Amino acid sequence: MLEAQVVTETNYAADPLLGPALITLEHVHKTYQMGDVEIHALRGVSLHIDRGEFIAIMGASGSGKSTTMNILGCLDKPTRGQYFLDGQDVSTLSRDELADIRNSKIGFVFQGFNLLSRTSALENVELPMLYLGVKTAERLTRAKEALDIVGLGDRMHSMPNQLSGGQQQRVAIARSLVNQPSIILADEPTGNLDSRTSVEVMGVFQQLNKERGITIALVTHEPDIAQYARRTIVFKDGRIKNDYLIKDPRSAREELESLPPIEDDEEDEE
Amino acid sequence: MNLLLTFRIAIRALGRNKLRSGLTMLGIIIGVGAVIAMVGIGQGASASIQSQIANLGNNMLFVMSGSMNTGGMRGGAGTSQTLTPDDAAAVERECPAVRAVSPGVSANGQLVYGNQNWVASSRIQGTNEKFPDIRAWPIETGEFFTEGDVRTAARVCVVGKTIKDNLFTGTDPVGLTMRIRNLPFRVIGVLSTKGQNQYGQDQDDTVIVPYTTVQKKMLSITNISMMMISAISPAATFTAEKQITDLLRQRHKLGANQDNDFFVRNLTDVAEAADQSSKIMTNLLASIAGVSLLVGGIGIMNIMLVSVTERTREIGIRMAIGARSAAIRRQFLIESVTLSVVGGIFGIVFGVGASIIISNTLGWPTLVSPWSIFASVIFSVFVGVAFGYYPARKAAGLDPIEALRYE
Repeated sequence: MLEAQVVTETNYAADPLLGPALITLEHVHKTYQMGDVEIHALRGVSLHIDRGEFIAIMGASGSGKSTTMNILGCLDKPTRGQYFLDGQDVSTLSRDELADIRNSKIGFVFQGFNLLSRTSALENVELPMLYLGVKTAERLTRAKEALDIVGLGDRMHSMPNQLSGGQQQRVAIARSLVNQPSIILADEPTGNLDSRTSVEVMGVFQQLNKERGITIALVTHEPDIAQYARRTIVFKDGRIKNDYLIKDPRSAREELESLPPIEDDEEDEE
Repeated sequence: MNLLLTFRIAIRALGRNKLRSGLTMLGIIIGVGAVIAMVGIGQGASASIQSQIANLGNNMLFVMSGSMNTGGMRGGAGTSQTLTPDDAAAVERECPAVRAVSPGVSANGQLVYGNQNWVASSRIQGTNEKFPDIRAWPIETGEFFTEGDVRTAARVCVVGKTIKDNLFTGTDPVGLTMRIRNLPFRVIGVLSTKGQNQYGQDQDDTVIVPYTTVQKKMLSITNISMMMISAISPAATFTAEKQITDLLRQRHKLGANQDNDFFVRNLTDVAEAADQSSKIMTNLLASIAGVSLLVGGIGIMNIMLVSVTERTREIGIRMAIGARSAAIRRQFLIESVTLSVVGGIFGIVFGVGASIIISNTLGWPTLVSPWSIFASVIFSVFVGVAFGYYPARKAAGLDPIEALRYE
């Protein structure tokens, strides 16, 4: 990828040479008012993310990484500073405009999967397209496609409680990519999974990133999970402490091949 | 996001908790059912009073001659001889609120046909040819006597159903000759069945003859004992009452300090009052039932509020993947409207069923009008929107970050 040649250990302050980035945060501050106390969650964060990157965001709790994710995901607005997504300043948009941006440009993957219960995998994946107003036939095709990509084409009529954790997370990934977003934001996506399933899920992300050029940013506190990404940003005390490229990312696929085959519950059919 | 999809989402959400949805609906079912049944009972009562009014005749008034007062002894109404056929003609001619007048005299006496005899409980009534119109009492077979019969004091008569059944033992009496007070009369018609009046008297146990015949051939009098009067409309009965009183006082040359020597009775007046009270009763019943509908609505609001709290995470997910506040609000509104409308439809079935059971077991007349069904459907939708709005707004106003974090 192009940017990999340009950038080495540095923080991504606004640099006109880089051209239009996918995401640009400029001196973003976020302050929460808790009673009489002001809590400075972010104290001036500047960040560029280009198309096709795979970023791991790390940091202790309270370091500002979750706040940054919320702002990147248009769930929250910066108190000060600017956020450009696809060249558009989204830091001043209304609630409804932010909802539309989330719908069309951002895919979310959560730690707790957050699928609708008693709703089939297919219907869960269809959901973002419902709010976009995609027609039924196209909705169905695209949802099936997305489930095929994550390897769950044969489980589309299963309810979440009939699926293993790893399968549920893959349904969630299918849901996040079904509207062809500019970026997928994953918040501790392997936090609820065992190590083998974690590797599988990271494999799905790596595949999406490599084969389809989808930009991915994931928050994790596990350094070995961060090793699957190609760039790591470390937060501390509301600032970016470190921002570096990973020279030799781990490959989930190779690791899975080297692991002894286990009959885990994902292979079980009902 | 179109309405049909939101509707499907809402239905699916309700289907996930069938017991709770069902119990919530029960409140509305009982409410709507109670309104329909209560209004049905009230309208049934009103309709039966209305039919009694119609049974009385067309906007009827009676004028009776006054009480006789001789040497300190006072007779009842009708005992004096102050009313004449000319009075009746004058009332018809000069009172604008009066449509038709029939003079009336009556006599007692035995009826004889063949080897049967009978004494009519409603006496032998003398009237003129306008009687069927004034009393709204058509002829069933044969015909009524004519103006000519009245002028010539013809010995013709029309009998009621009870006379036909008893004196003639059910055979058609038209063309036969019977004896009234030992005088031969030709039967020219049979009246249709009128049934009991509001005091329980059998109105069909009667024989009607020209009033002139009663005057000249039975009683040898020239006065009449009463007039049957039809006003031009129900409301005009009051005006008619006043016009008749004024006219008769003038004709009878009564001074300002003299009492009336006649009585005017406005039957419609009494019936209207009964109708009014039944309408008040209907409204009372409906408003009591309406309270239960209100309670049902509060039940919906309660459940929807619980539901919003319980599904906070779902709301968070929907918002994160791009649902606008309006879409969330619409979803919850549709859920509550669906609860209330489906409940309302079951309530209609329940209410109609209850009305039928009430009229069958208690014998009360009930009348379920399409209007009350329509109104309760509209009201159910209103309840759904009114009581669903606050929970829906609460859901739509949630912060997505907080909602996603909700356990």
